[in-house]
Parts: sequence; structure tokens; C-alpha cells
Amino acid sequence: MLKALTSRLTQAVLVMLVVTACAFLMFRYVGDPVRVLSREDATQEEKAELARALGLDRPVLVQYGGFVARVLRGDLGVSFRNQRPVATLLAERLPATLELVFAATVLALSLGIPLGVLCALKPDSVLARAVQALSLVGVSTPTFVTGIVLILVFSVGLGLLPSFGRGQTVDVFGWPTGLLTASGWRSLVLPSVTLALYQLTLIMRLVRSEMIDALSSDYVRYARARGLPERYINFRLALRNALMPVITVTGLQIGSLIAFAIVTETVFQWPGMGLLFIQAVSFADIPVMAAYLLFVGLLFVAINMLVDVIYALVDPRLRASAR
Amino acid sequence: MIGGLRKAPLSVLIAAGLAVTIVLVALAAPLVAPTNPLDLASFNLIDAELPPAWVEGGDPRFLLGSDNQGRDMLSAIIYGARVSILIGGGAVLVAASLGVALGLVAGFVGGRLDALIMRIGDVILSFPTILLALMVAGVARAVIPDASGPKLAPFILIGAIATHEWVQYARTVRAATMVEAQKDYVKAVRVIGLPTRRIMFGHILPNVMSPVLVIATINLAAAVLTEATLSFLGVGMPPTYPSLGTLIRIGNEFVFSGIWWIALFPALALVILVLAVNVVGDWVRDRFNPKLRGRKA
Repeated sequence: MLKALTSRLTQAVLVMLVVTACAFLMFRYVGDPVRVLSREDATQEEKAELARALGLDRPVLVQYGGFVARVLRGDLGVSFRNQRPVATLLAERLPATLELVFAATVLALSLGIPLGVLCALKPDSVLARAVQALSLVGVSTPTFVTGIVLILVFSVGLGLLPSFGRGQTVDVFGWPTGLLTASGWRSLVLPSVTLALYQLTLIMRLVRSEMIDALSSDYVRYARARGLPERYINFRLALRNALMPVITVTGLQIGSLIAFAIVTETVFQWPGMGLLFIQAVSFADIPVMAAYLLFVGLLFVAINMLVDVIYALVDPRLRASAR
Repeated sequence: MIGGLRKAPLSVLIAAGLAVTIVLVALAAPLVAPTNPLDLASFNLIDAELPPAWVEGGDPRFLLGSDNQGRDMLSAIIYGARVSILIGGGAVLVAASLGVALGLVAGFVGGRLDALIMRIGDVILSFPTILLALMVAGVARAVIPDASGPKLAPFILIGAIATHEWVQYARTVRAATMVEAQKDYVKAVRVIGLPTRRIMFGHILPNVMSPVLVIATINLAAAVLTEATLSFLGVGMPPTYPSLGTLIRIGNEFVFSGIWWIALFPALALVILVLAVNVVGDWVRDRFNPKLRGRKA
């Protein structure tokens, strides 16, 4: 157990080192800090002086070490575009993205699980067939198209909901939340539905196939033979077992959801990290890009490791083999 | 694959027909499209923002309406689809070639090289396609001065998409190669003393290709979607040489003024194309996967 854990941890640290190395290379060579930080009319001597002051004349490995040390202290550099610390920028934008992702996940789960169960229990009903066909359309429709169509219908056509921004926010212990104001809730509807639709299909298909597997298992057959009520079998026995992988996948998906939020945030001008990143890309604002890469890299590595560890803790077979 | 199509359900046949038609029309764009949207002299600002022909105020010359510069939407979509399909297909081709080559080497040579290739693949796969593609495209645009120009943009897009997609091919081919390498015919050619390269590419490669074709079919839809997303986000094809994603990006600016057709028709074309390829791809995958045969996927 301990051995498996250490090897997993070593792997995670290695991946993070690779990711920081990529971020460092972007920082050091793509951005050209000297050109950015010096005046337009700086002389060669002034530039060389600046390069020395920034430590750019030292060996690359030493520079990389310094970069890692700075990142560990939370110093992610200064944005080229608005001349503010990148760490602050990210921290400002994080709440908006997290609220969006959270709302989308809740929505996707609360719709996806019942629909998946329905498709598994009554595969030939009209509703189940319609849901199945729609899910294929859902997979083939990119997030931004869904967003545009929703804006066309509910904002432009019906004038019901706002189509950009997050409405009014209230500070709760330094966390600006939109969940406490009416306009915040109204602004959240369209973006979260857009983001949820992408995940909804996945959850629904997963619940359906897991549920079908569970329903054809031995314990369900014996439960039937014992004459247990159908509802008890379906929801207490089958669904419970079907939900385990759903929880794992939903957890794993949080990372991709944050990444996919880039598209949703662009469509709805949602002031989150994704919008910050895409603006950084179009302005070649390297420090922000590198910091976002680091943040998302850390997030993915952490989520993957957490899932592996939880699996090892939960599944007795994996525990035994790791010993 | 083609022969099996006779037994396919009707929905797959329709989808296949649709996909082939769209691809053919798009590739023959200069012959089929009513006007050439890339020719600046062929359109006029007077015709700008005309609604589709069947809507009040529409003009029969512009079946699907016109955009903000007076370009015919139908022609723009046909030309845009051509760009999307060429980039998507290019990305699949590059990813498949790279993945097959690396997978063959990893599976046949083994050892440290195998470990290195597969670990790199693991790291890449732990990030979503779109994120990696955005990073690659973003960095390329920062490094290369003319990266967003119409000449270089397609190649950067292909590279950005292929960076993520090659891993799937490599994993599949590696596993298949390891199985093939144990078979008698490989042992026989080894005894003859053929050079390793000839054994790998001449003898093993033809026997591991069929799963590659399956992955490629499914990946084509994904690659077209990724390209569209990148172009929509503004890191893809420039407005002077638009793909479907770029057209939707341009149209998005007009959605609020109620001019829906500039965004909606390219979006519809994109969804129909991807849906058709997906339906065919799902069917091909199920047919080639013996585990799924007989079970409804």
C-alpha cells in the first residue's frame, strides 16, 4: 500500500516537473522578458544590465531552479498586458469559474442520473428512444454552438435571461459570489446549462450502461428470486452499485470541465479563468498562459492521484495486489 | 468495410451518404459554390446582412442570406467546410502516421524506448485535447510572427490537434505489435535475417492496420470539432480564410442584433457533418469490436 502510494506520488511529482519545465521554457524563451520589461529605446548596455539583473545570464538549470522556487512561493510573474501579478489575476477569476463548474455538475448529475436509469429500465419507451437519439446529437454539437443557440432563443428571442457576465456579486469572506443575488442566478442559468449539456450526455450513457450491467448481475437475479419488490431491486440494489463509477467519472471530469469552461466563458463573456486564458492567448501574454498551464496541470495531476488513491483504499483487490 | 455496409441499418446508410456528400461538395467547392467568397471583387457591401431567401427581405441570389460584408453564406459555408475537412483530415493523417510509427517502435523494440514513449503518452492523455491544442496553438502564435496568417495557420492547427491524438494510435498499435511479434511469421522473417525496419514496416504493419482505420474514422469527427472550437476561440483560421469555426465566430458578433443566420447556418453545417461522421464511426467501431457484437451499444 505504502509502496504503491510512494510510486504514485513520485510519478505525480515528475509530471509536475515536466509541466513546470514547459511553463519555464515558455516564460524564458517565448516571452523574451528583456524586450517586454525594457523601454522601447533601451540601449544594448541597458538590456544586458536588465538581463543580468533578472538572472538571465546564469546557467539554464539554475534559472529553472529559481523559477520553481518562485512558483512554490506563489510568485507567478507579472502579466504583460495589464501589469498586475498573475497570481492575483488568477485568484480573482477562480471563484467565477468554480461556481460555473459547480452549478453545471449539479445540473448534469440531477438530470443525467434519472435519464440514464430511465433508459436502462424502459429501453423501448418512446422517451428513452428520444433521449438516446438526442444524446448522439448532443455529443456532436460543440459547446459554443449550444451556447449561441441558447442565447438566440432565451436572450435575443424571448428576452428572458441575460447573455453575458455574472450579474451582481456579493463578497462573502473575500469570495465574490453570484449565488446570493437574483441577477447572479439569472446570469448563471444559460452558461451552466451549456456547460452541463456536455457532461450530461456522458453521465447519462454511463448510468445507463452501468445500470444494465447491474440489472443482469447475479445478486439482482437472486433478489428477484427472493421476491423482493421491483422498486427495491432497481433503486436500492442496482442503482447504488451503478453509481460508484459515476462518482469517479464525475470527479475526474471536474478537470476537463474547468478546461471546457474556456469555451463557455468565451461565449457568455463569463469573467472566469478561461476567459482570462483565452485573452492571454490572443495577446501573447506569456506569464498568464504559463500560470494557467501550471494551475491546470496541478489540478489534473492532483485529481488523477486522488482517484488512484481512493481506488486503492476502496477496492480490496487493488489493496491486496499493492501489498 | 465497404462490403459490410450492405448489412448496415438505414440510419447508418443515410449518415454515410450525408457524410460523403458533404465531403464531396466541400472538396469541389470552386465548382459547386454559387460565388467565390475568397475573391474580394465578387461581393458588395450593398448586399450585406441580407436574411435567407425565404424570409421577408431576402434576396433569391443569397439562398442562406449574406454576411456583414455581403458575402453569400451558402458559398462561405461550402468553402469553410472544405477548410474544416482538410484540416481535420490532415490532423488525423499526421496523428495516425506519428502514432503508428511510435507504437510500432515501442511495441517491437521495447525496453527504455518503449517506456519513454508510453510515459510521454500518459502525460499527454491526462490533459484534454482542447487544452493541449490551445497551448500549442497559443505558443506557436507567440513564437512565429506570421502564425495567424492564412498560410501557416492550417499547419499549426494540424500540429496542435495531432499533439494529443497520436497517443491513441500509438497505444493500440503497440499492443497489437506485441501480439504479432510473437507469431510464427515474424519469427520466420527474423530467422531469415531481415533488417528490423523491414520486419516492422513490411510485415507487422499491414497486420495491425485495421484498428487504426477504426480509430481514424472516429477521430475525424473529433478533429473537425477541435478545429472548429479553436477557430471559434480566435486561435484558428483567420477571417480572411475562414473555416466553419471562424464563420461561427464572425456570426457570434451579430447574434445580439438578431442577425441569426450568419452564425446559425455554419453551426448547422458543422453539427450535421460531425453527427454524420459520428454515426458512421460508432457503427464501424461496434462492428470491429467483437466484444460489442451482439450487444446494443
